[in-house]
Amino acid sequence: MLTALARRLAAGLAVVAGVATLTFLLLRLAPGDPVERLLGPAATAEQLTAQRQALGLDRPLPAQYAAWLARVAAGEWGRSIASGRPVRAVLGEAWPATAALVGLSLLLSYLLGIAVGAAQAARGGTRLDTALSVSTVTLFALPGYWLGLMLVLVFTYRLRILPSFGAHGYDSDALAGLARLRDLLRHVALPLATLTLVGIGGTARFVRGAMLDVRAAPFVTTALAKGLAAPRIWLHHVLRNALVPVVTLLGLSLPALFSGAVFVEAVFAWPGVGRILVEAVQARDYPVVMAATTVSAILVVLGNLLGDLLLGWVDPRVGHREWGRGKGER
Amino acid sequence: MGKGEGGKVRSLVRDPRGRFGLAVLGLALLCALAAPVVSAGDPAAQRDVVATRFLPPLSTDLHGVVHPLGTDRFGRDVWTRLVYGARISLGVGTLAVLLSVAIGLVVGAVAGFSSGPVPVVLLALTDFALALPRVVLLLLLAALWRPSAALVVVVLGLTGWMSIARLVHGEVRSLATRPFVEGAVSLGLRRTRILARHILPNALTPVIVAAALGIGNAIMLEAGLSFLGVGVQPPVPSWGNMIASGRDTLLNAPWVATAPGVALVLVVVACTLLGDALQDALSPASRGQTLR
Repeated sequence: MLTALARRLAAGLAVVAGVATLTFLLLRLAPGDPVERLLGPAATAEQLTAQRQALGLDRPLPAQYAAWLARVAAGEWGRSIASGRPVRAVLGEAWPATAALVGLSLLLSYLLGIAVGAAQAARGGTRLDTALSVSTVTLFALPGYWLGLMLVLVFTYRLRILPSFGAHGYDSDALAGLARLRDLLRHVALPLATLTLVGIGGTARFVRGAMLDVRAAPFVTTALAKGLAAPRIWLHHVLRNALVPVVTLLGLSLPALFSGAVFVEAVFAWPGVGRILVEAVQARDYPVVMAATTVSAILVVLGNLLGDLLLGWVDPRVGHREWGRGKGER
Repeated sequence: MGKGEGGKVRSLVRDPRGRFGLAVLGLALLCALAAPVVSAGDPAAQRDVVATRFLPPLSTDLHGVVHPLGTDRFGRDVWTRLVYGARISLGVGTLAVLLSVAIGLVVGAVAGFSSGPVPVVLLALTDFALALPRVVLLLLLAALWRPSAALVVVVLGLTGWMSIARLVHGEVRSLATRPFVEGAVSLGLRRTRILARHILPNALTPVIVAAALGIGNAIMLEAGLSFLGVGVQPPVPSWGNMIASGRDTLLNAPWVATAPGVALVLVVVACTLLGDALQDALSPASRGQTLR
């Protein structure tokens, strides 16, 4: 168990290192220069050279990469080229917003998705199953950014009941206690609904399939033959065993959710990491992009690892993940 | 192709999901191919911007031209842009998946049918690529060169082959131990021939299903990249950049963003349902049973 864990951790570390190296190379290969963007079109050649020198961008790439690695190993992410603020502060403000959005939507979409999928499996082949299947396949096909726009159209422009962007109202600093919480909830409602609705589709489809697979297993036939009540079989025999692959899906869905958050944050101007990442890539803000991708890679690796550990706990027969096994993914 | 193809096609058409998927995709493909015939012609045509912009759906402009889905802020016909955009969206999605399938087939087949260090390296590479955050990679790659439809195809293809490789690897590994393959080996056939003629044709079922699902996913990602401004660039219409441009006029002209989104959802739903129906038609054993 411990050696397996150590092997997984080493593999995860390799992935993170690979992501960082690849990001570094891609960023430097890309046309566009942060210094030109920083100083504007009026800058002279001497000013550009001096600024590049000050930022260390005139040194050879391997030296720059080694310097970045050394700094990160010391826990120092550098300063944003565009704003001059420490990267740690820029991302430190953004992570809680993304984590709250992704965490809440993960929780809600799994709870609701499992409920819908289980209801479908239990009523397999009926009109309810068909209606829910049509709904979930539609939700699954909805692009988050478009669903977000449609929700804004309905709830902000037509009904005028929910705000369409940001995490706070303009007067949030003046609010206290419950009023402030209410302000935050109103702002989180639309982005959260968008991510959750899209998530429900995938989870429900997966749970329905997993439950129907378990339903066909011989031990369920045995339970039926013993004369156990159907609700008891569904809860204790089928749902319980169907949740095993769902746990793996949980770890694997973190990167997909984070990806979805990038688009949804762009639509709702949610002050999270996704929005910062998109802006930083466009501005070629090297330190910010490097830190954001590295940290998100670490989270993805940890998410997968957590999924595997949970799986081992739920299903003791599983030692560690094998190659060649199918999985539900987006 | 073996026996029973007719039966498979029949069971695909008898399945309502297969019918819906084929019908919607067929219709979308037809509109895309016949775009100049079914629309007003030029997707970038602007005529008297002030008088023709923001016309609601089903209205007729001063020149007597009917706009079934209205016009956008430049007075361009939304329906025309939608059918020309279908060319880009369907084309990019299909080509990207073909590229993914090609890479995935090669990697999966070689990893599954060779020995020594090669499969280990290929499997490690696949697992590594699978663990990369795809959207971050897409953003970086798309920022590398000047955004274009061709770039989106390459980027989506290069980031989408891993699940296909995994599927093919698993199939090839299990097929390689079957008696008919052992027979071919004992007949002294070359390994490449065995792989290409005996194993791969039998390993294609899950690949076809994954490709059907993958096209929907690729179309959605293409639209996402174009929405963020790093995909297909205006004035060339793609469903993604149409949604993006409609975003600014959501309040006074909601149809500009709504129409391409509805088209996108319909096509992605069609791909998903077709994939599900294919799965059942090609391997009847996977059909679920019911408990009452």
